[in-house]
Amino acid sequence: MDFLTVVQILDSTVRLATPLLLACLAGLFSERAGVVDIGLEGKMLIAAFFSAAVAYSTGSVWLGLLAGVAASMVFGVIHGLASITFRGDQLISGVALNFLASGMTVLIAQDWFAQGGRTPALDGAARFSSIDLPGAGALRDVPFIGPIYDDLISGHTILVYVAVLMVPLSWYVLFRTRFGLRLRAVGENPGAVDTAGISVVRLRYSAVLICGFLCGLAGAYLATGLAAGFVKDMTAGRGYIALAALIFAKWRPWYALGACLLFGLLESIGNRYQSLDLLGLQIPSQFMQALPYILTVVILAGFVGKATPPRAGGTPYVKEK
Amino acid sequence: MTFMQKLLGAAAGAALLAGAAQAEPGLIIDLGGKFDKSFNESAYTGAQRWKEETGNDYMETELQSEAQREQTMRRMAERGANPVVVLGFANASTLEKVAPDYPDTNFVIVDMVVDQPNVQSVVFSEHEGSYLVGVMAAKASETGTVSFVGGMDVPLIRKFACGYAQGAKDTNPDINVVANMTGTTPTAWNDPVKGGELTRAQISQGSDVVYAAAGGTGVGVLQTAADEGILAIGVDSNQNYLHPGSILTSMTKQVDKAVYDAFQSAAEGNFQTGLQVKDLASEGVGYAMDEHNADLVTEEMQQAVDEAAEKIKSGEIAVHDYTSDDSCPALSF
Repeated sequence: MDFLTVVQILDSTVRLATPLLLACLAGLFSERAGVVDIGLEGKMLIAAFFSAAVAYSTGSVWLGLLAGVAASMVFGVIHGLASITFRGDQLISGVALNFLASGMTVLIAQDWFAQGGRTPALDGAARFSSIDLPGAGALRDVPFIGPIYDDLISGHTILVYVAVLMVPLSWYVLFRTRFGLRLRAVGENPGAVDTAGISVVRLRYSAVLICGFLCGLAGAYLATGLAAGFVKDMTAGRGYIALAALIFAKWRPWYALGACLLFGLLESIGNRYQSLDLLGLQIPSQFMQALPYILTVVILAGFVGKATPPRAGGTPYVKEK
Repeated sequence: MTFMQKLLGAAAGAALLAGAAQAEPGLIIDLGGKFDKSFNESAYTGAQRWKEETGNDYMETELQSEAQREQTMRRMAERGANPVVVLGFANASTLEKVAPDYPDTNFVIVDMVVDQPNVQSVVFSEHEGSYLVGVMAAKASETGTVSFVGGMDVPLIRKFACGYAQGAKDTNPDINVVANMTGTTPTAWNDPVKGGELTRAQISQGSDVVYAAAGGTGVGVLQTAADEGILAIGVDSNQNYLHPGSILTSMTKQVDKAVYDAFQSAAEGNFQTGLQVKDLASEGVGYAMDEHNADLVTEEMQQAVDEAAEKIKSGEIAVHDYTSDDSCPALSF
């Protein structure tokens, strides 16, 4: 394995980790406010569909992004209605949204485009194109730094940079602002927040809306950044991996970055080395593909230490009777 | 037996006979969807062509989930469809169970063998078609590395990969063939993002021709190939038009013809059960040439491919079939 291969694997890691990171941060906001969200997958899927469909119809990826984010936020509001206003079971609401997204996207796609539940392929301005950072071309031939800057850091779509910027932003919002303090408090002890005269319902709604927004970015990145169009069930379980990453990250933004990069790296290595010769022992490709999941179990079971979820997570808040 | 009963019996018999003569064929579209631009769409096209040419109608349903297979098959048979055509290897175990319950209904399964007296099993020699596109890939490659992206890791897809690798290596013994599978679960058929990543990983290993046999995942493979400026090879249907100038050719499987033939033979009353192999000689598989790839395929490439096709037909070249012994001499997985 030479240096260039390493850079290429890391480059692929960044691309694969981006949707995970956005979804993971989305779940972070929601769960920190005490609303468990198993519907990340469904929100990403609906956003992927609407971003691709609108981008195709209008020819503008930005309008597509807007539509995707809006659709995902509508799903966030439905989740909020079910689990905050009507105090329903948050897990059931999330699962229901996943099913709804999976069925609805194919149905609408079939009705609009009649291509078997997918959107037509996007091209030109209907897709996010990669951005070359200044000086990338000039630095290309510089040894060591050149490939790192040119391949690894430059040449991604804008949503990748947005996702990375979201990490310090989330950290700042959650841990350095009054809003963040209240949001975290509402996930630990909503009664205390209510006693202080702050609306629990409003805080939790803002959390699910932020969650919807970030999931929308993740879905749009899948359909208009990585792929060129929507295919049914194209999220392929990434929402669940993001949830695993969230627990692994102990509900903290910087840890989330690390966890998502690790999952991205594992998948990227699995893609690159499907069958590996290790000291004369042939490791089958099935093992390499299962590796991210095996490591998830191992890491979660043994190495992460105690992961304590927000205390009020999963329980609807009922004002004192 | 009174006269009335006789009359009723005769009427019922006549109705049954009329029903048998008018039995409509049925087609069950599989999970990939009717317009998957590939396998299922090809079957649908065949059924539509039959409908247009003969003016007869046929029944059609589309599976929405894995759990509906048995229910859909039974309902189709109970509604009187004959023959019932099911698509894809995943139907085999269900059909094995359903077919004996409807001895008067004929079934057709494409891509798999089901050994029942009322089942026609249509299998294609994908390894032969893949061999041909492998030859073309080896001729077109400038880097000396070609690659393959499969969908779900099943013997059928390995059959594609194995034929492709053999074709490439027979043409250029030094060629390096990189083969990757998307996954081991049915989600592997619908993950264009992973398809694209696999393609990028293969490009970084030097590949400049990629062959995709991966359903919806293949969309991502062909797209990435077009984005990165390498050549791609489509599968099942003629996919050359998807990215003109970037798709070298497509390995075509005449699923449409298989469906058409099944419908037509049943209408003519000479439907035959048992195994039907659609190979290169019977034009069941082949490669696609049209205006979209005419500029990519040189005279020399086409000559080499046609030569190989002749040799396969005459038996001079024996293309290894992965499913015959679950091994591949040309490629290690």
